[in-house]
Amino acid sequence: MSDTHAQTVAYVRETMLPEQAPPSTAAGPIKWMRDNLFSSVLNTVLTLLSVYFLWVVLTLVLPWVWYGSWTASSLKECREAVAGLGLAHGAACWSVIGERYLQLIYGFYPDELYWRANLAFILMLVALAPVLYPNLARKILWFSALYPFVAFWLLWGGTLWTPVVAVAGFVFAYLAFEILNRTAGSLVAVIAAILAPVVWWLLLAGPVSNGLASVMPLAIEPVESAKFGGFMLSIIIGVTGIAMSLPLGILLALGRQSDLMIVKAICVGFIEFIRGVPLITLLFVASTLLNYFLPPGTTFDIILRVIIMVTLFASAYMAEVVRGGLAALPTGQYEAADALGLDYWKATRLITMPQALKISIPGIVSTFIGLFKDTTLVSIIGLLDPIGLTTNIRADSNWNGIVWELYGFIALIFFIFCFSMSRYSMYLERKLKTGH
Amino acid sequence: MKKTTFFGAVAAATMTAGFAAAGTLDDVKAKGFLQCGVSTGLAGFSAADANGNWDGFDVAVCRAVAAAVLGDPQAVKFTPTTGKTRFTALASGEIDMLARNTTWTFSRDVDLKFTFIGVNYYDGQGFMVPKELGVSSAKDLDGATVCIQTGTTTELNLADFFRSNNISYEPVPIETNAEAQQQYLAGACDVYTTDASGLAATRATFENPDDHALLPEIISKEPLGPLVRHGDDQWADIGRWVLNALIAAEELGITSANVKESAMAAGNNPEINRLLGTEGNLGEQLGLSADFAKNAIAAGGNYGEIFARHIGESTPIGLARGLNAQWTDGGLIYAPPFR
Repeated sequence: MSDTHAQTVAYVRETMLPEQAPPSTAAGPIKWMRDNLFSSVLNTVLTLLSVYFLWVVLTLVLPWVWYGSWTASSLKECREAVAGLGLAHGAACWSVIGERYLQLIYGFYPDELYWRANLAFILMLVALAPVLYPNLARKILWFSALYPFVAFWLLWGGTLWTPVVAVAGFVFAYLAFEILNRTAGSLVAVIAAILAPVVWWLLLAGPVSNGLASVMPLAIEPVESAKFGGFMLSIIIGVTGIAMSLPLGILLALGRQSDLMIVKAICVGFIEFIRGVPLITLLFVASTLLNYFLPPGTTFDIILRVIIMVTLFASAYMAEVVRGGLAALPTGQYEAADALGLDYWKATRLITMPQALKISIPGIVSTFIGLFKDTTLVSIIGLLDPIGLTTNIRADSNWNGIVWELYGFIALIFFIFCFSMSRYSMYLERKLKTGH
Repeated sequence: MKKTTFFGAVAAATMTAGFAAAGTLDDVKAKGFLQCGVSTGLAGFSAADANGNWDGFDVAVCRAVAAAVLGDPQAVKFTPTTGKTRFTALASGEIDMLARNTTWTFSRDVDLKFTFIGVNYYDGQGFMVPKELGVSSAKDLDGATVCIQTGTTTELNLADFFRSNNISYEPVPIETNAEAQQQYLAGACDVYTTDASGLAATRATFENPDDHALLPEIISKEPLGPLVRHGDDQWADIGRWVLNALIAAEELGITSANVKESAMAAGNNPEINRLLGTEGNLGEQLGLSADFAKNAIAAGGNYGEIFARHIGESTPIGLARGLNAQWTDGGLIYAPPFR
């Protein structure tokens, strides 16, 4: 404390004034509203208009939703019950959802086997966890790799040997590669690794599986594809499509950037062809045209055909999204990878692809969400996905004429799935953000 | 299915052992079930309930055929088909029979190479208008907007009708009946046109059915019937005569209640005896058991019972027999003699 001013001025404050709360107009919700809702005349007008709009919509929708009937057993009964409420715009008949929600979720899957579908769904979450959250134990990835076969067995049933011999094909591919890579060079090893499983699957897998099954069945009750429906079908098609289109898309994107002329031509041709054709056309090819080409009596499962088409369709889009990411990388990254002496696959795996994928996350997730929603198109070829089931439910004379409740319920479920995907992609972007 | 799903994947075209090339009857017997194509959902004609059991007027035909061929009305697997996939599903052999309110037309029979095995419902295209429009005849509809399902015979009939009456209309194309219902109620079109049975069923679901009227004109013939592929006459005969058996049963007064009793021993009506297999060998001639008609009738009753249960006047759809009454009652339903 100096006394410089002690003689020159009459009074000097020696302590700070205590802090005071900001004025009520510059703090808390009022400040937030002033900043965000009423910062200018235009903003104020827009805010008031939006509030009015929301008020109008919600006063119409909320009573309709809230006072809906959960007990009526038919549309007629429901209308009578609702008319008694005296609401201007009526109320929903939620009882159709109450009666049919299991069908909307599982389709015609036998109800005593719902546990298998549920188990497959829970295991799917387990299998996805290490892929989505990299800090989990890496060993679960083995389960993720095996999951498609487990899920197939759980959902379709039959003997356990079917998926086992299918997995064996991959094991043979790996063994062929490992053995021949040491003795006969990498090219021979790659060719053998492709040929071995194909030969196995085409010629030997069926008899071996049947043989093993006759010795020791290990079978659970089979369920035919015609019984699949509802959200279960959407999820099966969507998740399989998503899981397979990303690796395929990456390969196609790399192929399109490749210096190998034939590989490049094939990839460009494939991508441009698929992108040039509407998905619905591909689905019609899957459902009707293929039957003409295959020999009569062939059983080629319709769900499988649809999954293949959906995957091909999504992978062409995915390829372009990933190619966008690759193109956005500075050339320096490629050159740096070369300067380190990395070969092509190592450079791609360690340097370029992780960065390219990070850049393309929003595009990739958009493609996923689009793919998941596109699964509803299968209703046009007669598969009973949730949209297809609405037609069926309306054909029940109790519920003929009901529309909004069913679509509302389906929209809600789709929203939950798509919104979670979108939130996850935002989490991933934040986590991978390195530009500080 | 079972194994075939996966090996189908890797092998693309693994042949499943057993049925190829042989007649449809042998295929069906070998499989142990009938694969029947139905609509993905049409009130009264085909619908699956909350437990996944299919039921309806068209479904009943499938069940009757399954009962006649395999002795079990439940030995049917249903393939839901849309207006666009139905014919390819049948032509490619995915289904053995199509019972999906399909209009019997020349080109479907001849050009698409199908055989219609009969008519189970005589329909015709009609119009529905709101009463407040004050229209009493379809000829007053000059300049009206019309909701119409695309890709159906109704679209072509409508164009023909308006052209021949020299009046104009504005089509509002829609995809499904449910959509049409919404559009019509929302006032997007003045008139909704489709098969009269469909109009009646649709009107029954409105909150105020009395505000809407069906116009008297029926502008087309829509004989709806089940169909099979060309070229397998034995299978077509089976379908045709099972349907005829249901129709004849109504005429002869055989119902699901008394069919078992009547089939126990030959009675004094020789036609009933031949139909139910207590006399003669009609079943054997078809390649079926002697009691095929008995099984078919026991499955869901005779034609009249099936009609009454699914689409008749006591149901919400509430269709009168009209053209679909027996010929003895002034309708068109007529079975050739079982002889």
